[in-house]
Amino acid sequence: MVTFTLNGKERSFDGDPDTPLLWVIRDFEKLTGTKYGCGVAQCGACTVHLDGMTRRSCITPISTVDGSEVITIEGIEGPEAKAVQAAWVAIDVPQCGYCQSGQIMSAVALLQVTPKPSDADIDGAMAGNLCRCATYHRIRQAIHNAADAMEG
Amino acid sequence: MKNRIIALGATLGVAASLFAATLSVAQDTGTETSAPLKPAAEFQSITDAKQRSWALFEEAGKVIQHPRCVNCHPATDRPLQTMAMHKHQPPVTRGDGGMGMPGMTCNTCHGQANVEVIGQAETLKSIPGHPSWHLAPIEMAWEGKSLGDICRQIKDPERNGGKTLAEITEHMAHDSLVGWGWQPGAGREPVPGSQAVFGELIAAWVESGAACE
Repeated sequence: MVTFTLNGKERSFDGDPDTPLLWVIRDFEKLTGTKYGCGVAQCGACTVHLDGMTRRSCITPISTVDGSEVITIEGIEGPEAKAVQAAWVAIDVPQCGYCQSGQIMSAVALLQVTPKPSDADIDGAMAGNLCRCATYHRIRQAIHNAADAMEG
Repeated sequence: MKNRIIALGATLGVAASLFAATLSVAQDTGTETSAPLKPAAEFQSITDAKQRSWALFEEAGKVIQHPRCVNCHPATDRPLQTMAMHKHQPPVTRGDGGMGMPGMTCNTCHGQANVEVIGQAETLKSIPGHPSWHLAPIEMAWEGKSLGDICRQIKDPERNGGKTLAEITEHMAHDSLVGWGWQPGAGREPVPGSQAVFGELIAAWVESGAACE
């Protein structure tokens, strides 16, 4: 039996310990905001926060999550999340939107540790999140805008 | 679970295909069997101590210069991947302490242990992992260097983390991240021999004078 918190609520899972965290989130917890993209940590669509750090849930066996705190796009909160959400809406960052929950989870994680990121900081943190609509310029601008908004 | 993964993969086939071009970049396509490594005892017949010492290090060099080791001792801020030693994809960079960039540290993808992936192409069987997964410091870069240069580098406290030769021997013989090289996960060729034989080679190299040429 694996026990963890998901968006602040205690959860347990007693299935195959090799089940990827992504399947637990989507299939068992019915939180479908986190997306399946490549299944091998190459695209970033499945990004969640595991104990406060970004983690690709598609290659994370649920057995390794025991005792941990998992935050998904449905449960993310705090000043960085609010600023990112507002910035994303303000300049219409998404196109098809499939990658965007992963993009947002990475962007929030970046701002939590680097409140005023440079372009290089953004590239460094976001390079693992692919976007086939190539919204990269708007993503970068929105992160800068979110940082500016938090700065006041 | 396999059926479930494949079913979901089929449902999302369009999405998956968007990323298909990246799927063959992280894995070897060759053997998963270690090449042999001669034990230190086989070098006893070399009577000249300096020659024996260098011969021992040359044998150890089969491990040290193997891509499995050099890939995380890069000469730039980009780690390398596969036996072809191409630059890591996704395009990650060194960051503080070799742990990756803030917001996307190594453990975003590399967990506590190797993770086998299911329902993927034959060219991608696992994601490597270890509790201490990180790059070697830039002063310990091995990429592109001759074995003699690496040898001198390993002996230099300015470039080996301030280690004595005894500490180097201990590190090579018992460090578990070094040991990952022999257990790199499905789909990857391990470094030659075993960590025990490698450690004995390094110990014998030190005992015979730690020659670098």
